[in-house]
Amino acid sequence: MSHRLPTGGRRLTRSRRLNFTFDGKAREGVQGDTLASALMAGGQVLMGRSFKYHRPRGPVSAGHEEPNALVGIGQGSRFEPNQRATAAVLHEGMTAVSQNRFPTLENDIGAVNAKLSRFLPAGFYYKTFLWPASFWKSVYEPFIRQSAGLGRPPEGEDADRYEHFHFHCDVAVVGGGVAGIEAALNAAREGKRVLLMEQDRVWGGRTITDAGIDGIELGGQSPEAWVEDRIAELAAMENVTLRLNLQGSGVYDHGYLTAYEWVTDDRPGADAPRHRLWRIRTGLIVTATGAIERPLPFAGNDIPGVMLASAVRDYVCDYAVSPGKRVVVVTNNDDAYRTALALHGAGVEVPAVVDARPEVKGPLAARVRDAGIEILTASGIKALGGKKVSEVKVCDIDGDGTPTRTLRCAAVAMSGGWSPVPHLWSHCGGKLLWDEERAFFYPDPDRPPLGADGKGMVAAVGAAAGDLTLSESGVLGQVTLNEHAMRPVWIMPTGAGPELRSKMFLDYQNDVKVSDVQLAAREGFVSVEHAKRYTTLGMATDQGKLSNINGLAVLAGEVGSPIPQVGTTTFRPPYVPISMGAIAGEARGKIFQPLRRTPIHDWHEANGADWEPVGHWRRPYTYLKEGEDREAAVNREVKNARESLGLLDASTLGKIIVKGPDAGRFMDLLYTNMMSTLKVGRCRYGLMCSENGFLMDDGVVARLSDDTFLCHTTTGGADRIHAHMEEWLQTEWWDMKVYTSNVTEQWAQIAVVGPNARKTLEKLGGMDVSKEAMAFMDWADGQIAGIPARVFRISFSGELSFEVAVPANRGRELWEKLLSAGEEFGVTPYGTEGLHVLRAEKGFIMIGDESDGTVIPQDLNMQWAISKKKEDFIGKRGQERIHMTDPKRWTLVGLQTLDGGKLPDGAYAVAEGTNANGQRNTQGRVTSTYHSPTLGHGIAMGLVLNGPDRMGEVLEFPGTDGRVYKARIVDPVFYDKEGTKQDV
Amino acid sequence: MLILDCPYCGATCDETELTAGGEAHLTRHGPGSEDVDFETYLFMRENPKGPHFERWRHAAGCGKWFHAARHTVTMQVFGTYPAQTVEPPQEILDRISEAHPGWSWRSYGDRT
Amino acid sequence: MSEPMTALQGDSFAGYVTVSEDEPRGMIQLRGDLDSSSLRDALQAAIGCGVPDPLAIATGDRGAVAWMSPDELLLLTSPDAAAGTLSQLSEALGDAHHLALDVSDMRAAIRLEGAGVREVLAKVTPIDMATMTPGTFRRTRLSQIPAAVWLSDERTAHVLCFRSVGRYAFDVLAISSRKGGEVGAFQGFRAPH
Repeated sequence: MSHRLPTGGRRLTRSRRLNFTFDGKAREGVQGDTLASALMAGGQVLMGRSFKYHRPRGPVSAGHEEPNALVGIGQGSRFEPNQRATAAVLHEGMTAVSQNRFPTLENDIGAVNAKLSRFLPAGFYYKTFLWPASFWKSVYEPFIRQSAGLGRPPEGEDADRYEHFHFHCDVAVVGGGVAGIEAALNAAREGKRVLLMEQDRVWGGRTITDAGIDGIELGGQSPEAWVEDRIAELAAMENVTLRLNLQGSGVYDHGYLTAYEWVTDDRPGADAPRHRLWRIRTGLIVTATGAIERPLPFAGNDIPGVMLASAVRDYVCDYAVSPGKRVVVVTNNDDAYRTALALHGAGVEVPAVVDARPEVKGPLAARVRDAGIEILTASGIKALGGKKVSEVKVCDIDGDGTPTRTLRCAAVAMSGGWSPVPHLWSHCGGKLLWDEERAFFYPDPDRPPLGADGKGMVAAVGAAAGDLTLSESGVLGQVTLNEHAMRPVWIMPTGAGPELRSKMFLDYQNDVKVSDVQLAAREGFVSVEHAKRYTTLGMATDQGKLSNINGLAVLAGEVGSPIPQVGTTTFRPPYVPISMGAIAGEARGKIFQPLRRTPIHDWHEANGADWEPVGHWRRPYTYLKEGEDREAAVNREVKNARESLGLLDASTLGKIIVKGPDAGRFMDLLYTNMMSTLKVGRCRYGLMCSENGFLMDDGVVARLSDDTFLCHTTTGGADRIHAHMEEWLQTEWWDMKVYTSNVTEQWAQIAVVGPNARKTLEKLGGMDVSKEAMAFMDWADGQIAGIPARVFRISFSGELSFEVAVPANRGRELWEKLLSAGEEFGVTPYGTEGLHVLRAEKGFIMIGDESDGTVIPQDLNMQWAISKKKEDFIGKRGQERIHMTDPKRWTLVGLQTLDGGKLPDGAYAVAEGTNANGQRNTQGRVTSTYHSPTLGHGIAMGLVLNGPDRMGEVLEFPGTDGRVYKARIVDPVFYDKEGTKQDV
Repeated sequence: MLILDCPYCGATCDETELTAGGEAHLTRHGPGSEDVDFETYLFMRENPKGPHFERWRHAAGCGKWFHAARHTVTMQVFGTYPAQTVEPPQEILDRISEAHPGWSWRSYGDRT
Repeated sequence: MSEPMTALQGDSFAGYVTVSEDEPRGMIQLRGDLDSSSLRDALQAAIGCGVPDPLAIATGDRGAVAWMSPDELLLLTSPDAAAGTLSQLSEALGDAHHLALDVSDMRAAIRLEGAGVREVLAKVTPIDMATMTPGTFRRTRLSQIPAAVWLSDERTAHVLCFRSVGRYAFDVLAISSRKGGEVGAFQGFRAPH
């Protein structure tokens, strides 16, 4: 049974006991434990169930690469599934639950899958859930959904907060082991701005444990003292930032590095961000990410108690935990001998070191022999046991697995060799080389990912560069104990038959075995990327940190190619999963997206506004009065504007100043109309098209002076049209003397609409708005109610209408003054829907309804707004193409239902016959449709084939509700065709 | 995520401060032009796996449009320059030739 | 007459830095040839300073001038001086091709005060806040909107953005400056000036 050792554990503060629960049972650990070490200290090695076969699993590693010991941690809205127990820092009150088991971890009915494993081979899903099609939805999908996913989602909205942090430096060093520390110091001493980060809670990496076992000093100091001194030196330097609990997560173009900081995971509920995503811009990224040990593929290598030798060493030295009273070490290299020494030194029995190599030399083996531990050379094992290891059978490494000896033990420490961690190096295209002798991929220093300057932007150091030992890396000029050559082992024993191969696990989390990869290869999935997807090797939450090399070596063996030729799958960020909250950062809740507010926003909010998003703006769709539904509110608002007085907050309309000696020439190019002839003091409605000829915006232009125009745009168009103007001025017509300015937000603009509009303004006083002084389509500067104002006599409703623009900070004031002055006329603010109904009754088009990016002004019968005198304007050439002049283009008409109802929005008018797909042919579609309270029936506009020539014809519009709506083609101007109402 | 130096204000811009504007150095063909020229102007674009000339706008900054010469695979930036020009500066062409002998892009590149 | 209503109505939030609506200012947008002597003279007369360098803000005895783009400046004056300064400028520039507008109401202005102002801004802008010096004026991205940022001293930062998103910017900065969110990454971290 796993247990806590009486002494040792350099990370532990034994006096500080921490209570926690696992699957509801009270447990105890101490300060410094991870969840995994605390569970093992309490005798619990079984921590989870695998995804496919529900096999019992315990931790394999002692860090972030863990595939097995995945648990849910936290409660309610702070619950998060699939956390690695081996990296989760224990805290007082932690609640953890195991996953993928029912009803309990010990007794899981899903474990029956393991018995069926013969029937669940690689590609099982692809082979099984094919036919019949009638099963897809009702049988297969529920089954797959039931089996899919690991862990359960959190409940409710995430209670924690998250944030981003942008950081700039010259050198960002990822990994705070001796190689990283040394690299950071070298850069810092050169005066570079340096960030040194370490994912762990402590500095020093593996060296402190391993050099400790070797009994060597670093530069004449103990490993701890060496690390401490150098961290202190770095901490004292102004140009250095040091961070623990910060993990290099992803490398992107041009020295962009993301890093993930665990801030409060060990103190949930703290009033601080839980995670922080660092967005780092750096000249150079140094990956000092170390190496990860590989499992050995032997039968039963997934039984709880089988762990990486380095993990066993960490548990013993760092956490004072042994996975069992007797631990067998199985290896193909010297490093695992350190584990045997660590176990022995802690008083744990090591029945034998089983080594795949025919002979074992060197100082580490000698020390193990001296300790009285038996070394079995040229041997392999298979492990036996259920929920924990009970014994191992030793066999000849190159035989078929016939047992030669049985060793009783509770745990196995395995080492298949080490692989440098190349993820960050590879994210942005750094290339790898294969080291034949030591059997790993390592960064090719000649082919790094390139930065903006074309030079390498990532450099690997230490074990991450393939220099597994201190003497190799030359970090310290220090000679560590020599290691004897390893022997690559991809199948143990090499002559194992199918029975054993189907129990050798490569990818623990997804239950991919040696036999699955071999089957995939036999079925033709010989590319590593295909085999990965077919078998799901390396596709679990751990992304195959332990399994990938073993898996592709097995694949290489099966297809008879050298390993480097098979290659690796693609390394993609993030290095370990990061929280969605960290990705979102501050962007949630009320600041999920910018919300644009007009100066009158708060009044709308307080007065029943039923908001409609228009781009990032919020505009009142209508103002609901008590007991009123939307339709009733809109009808009331429209009728009131027609009959007496309505107010519209039109502040969102774009306002762009165009000024300069060439402004007129430029305006003529921007608009389809002739704008240069507009008289100062007058307004003109204009259209803007893209170079493609399509209608992109419309609005009223006012000429402010000889060389100055004010262009109104649609609400959504201000930024876009201003950018459009600047683009043409900067990149095509840069000889023109024109300046533009987007002054949209300088002004609050209010449309005062209805027969009583003039009276209301006259009550407020300040300027002459009489018909004589201000004719339709005039504008004038002056004052209204003592506020400096610019008044435009324009109408988008067909009523007598003034749009009054005042400085934004005075907008609310004007609005309230208009409300009191208009009280006697029953003044009614109206929203965007009222605006739409009013304009549709008049047959005015709306950008985004009548236009959709494929419509040209000619489709909307707006030839009157297209100047024929101009040689050029943006879109003119586009509109000359044959498709644009085709008489069969659908053209704007009004549509009126026979029964007075409302046509469904977007409905298509059907024509005779069917198309090649068997669908009804169409001859038109609805672009806008409303109930007109003024006329008491439905009104609509639509684009119809030869529409204007077909007045009176009835079209059929099948609705999605199964009904067929009939509507007559009519003039799109439903109300006041002569325009007398606005011209009073 | 790219960083580009704005040639107008000198700021080193994060990609999130910029908007991309597609291929640079297009020749406008307006009214009176042949269909094929208009089509080329409006629709036909280079799609190189190599050096490329693009338009960017320093949208969250000084608002100016500029051009960038960038390798689409290695992301190496050979230079940025103001948009008020019809062709790339010679020094940038030279820099590309140095890094990628034999390159070509439309009528630019190393002549063989 | 009621008081003009600014975007943030004087709002303030006390986190580990204090976020509040900045003092009201007159603002004038000036586009023109920044190299011309007529513009330089007009600016000197109006504000009392010359044309700032790119990415800089210059201070004169009657306000400050921020460099917005190669042909655009933003003049910051006292609130009631804007109209007078505008007509003075327009008169001085006369027929020279330029654009001068009173845009005093167009933007929201936010002030951050405290030791952590650089750090709070670094949470939401991609620029290098650790090395920004007082006198530098950067137009950049603030979370999801364009904004301008400058420091008047080590403990005081200023943000300008469009008025409609003033509340959004305020909320972003207030949320980013909540206590407990101290990063501590810039302490003692300074590039050589």
